[in-house]
Amino acid sequence: MTNKIVVDCSTGEVQEIALTAEEIAEREAMAEQYATQKAEEEAQKAADAIAKSALLKKLGITEAEARLLLS
Amino acid sequence: MANTYTLISSVTVGATAVANIDLTSIPATYTDIVILGSLRTNGNGAGITVTVNNSTTTYSSKRLYGDGSSAASDSYLTSGLALAGGTDASSYTANTFSNFLLYIPNYASANYKSISSDAVSENNSSSNYMSLNATLWSNTAAITSVKLTPDVGSLVQYSTAYLYGISNA
Repeated sequence: MTNKIVVDCSTGEVQEIALTAEEIAEREAMAEQYATQKAEEEAQKAADAIAKSALLKKLGITEAEARLLLS
Repeated sequence: MANTYTLISSVTVGATAVANIDLTSIPATYTDIVILGSLRTNGNGAGITVTVNNSTTTYSSKRLYGDGSSAASDSYLTSGLALAGGTDASSYTANTFSNFLLYIPNYASANYKSISSDAVSENNSSSNYMSLNATLWSNTAAITSVKLTPDVGSLVQYSTAYLYGISNA
């Protein structure tokens, strides 16, 4: 069973309450969405790294040389 | 110009990890509110989302973040909520916690609300996050509750949240 902490700021009362079925479903959906977003970010990073490497090869310069050009 | 910080409420997570911290019945007697969080999760890498008034709509967010080797910016859209920042995850150095400061000016006004935060995680590793986050909640209702929820996992023991009210003179 997963709980949440609910603080009533008008009284200072702090309660630990079990999540409802709806809240558990929301939580699972959020985790799933996070995993999807993370996977997309990782895929984009990998694609960018490949594109960067290909471009450097095409230009015939190293990454350090590219950095030097942009500094 | 803010001249007071009044502690409204504080909470520390006990021995059993919890899914979220819900600060409710926030009095409308201040000008702005600030939340200082020190959080850690038992999940695998996550951000802390912010839900106000239990509303899950009309948030638009932007974040600028760096991980120690590169920087990026994007719209943070997990669940379409606001973002307080990244948080220390189970893989992070033991007993370390992330920190964030979240600011909501004019939280009780009848205008749309801006929510901004800065956050850092703590990790003895080359990969470590810091972020600046900004959200517009396009709703004119006074904010009476703020919920802090990790994307993944639960908030572990000794995670804390402090809610302050700021009054202008």
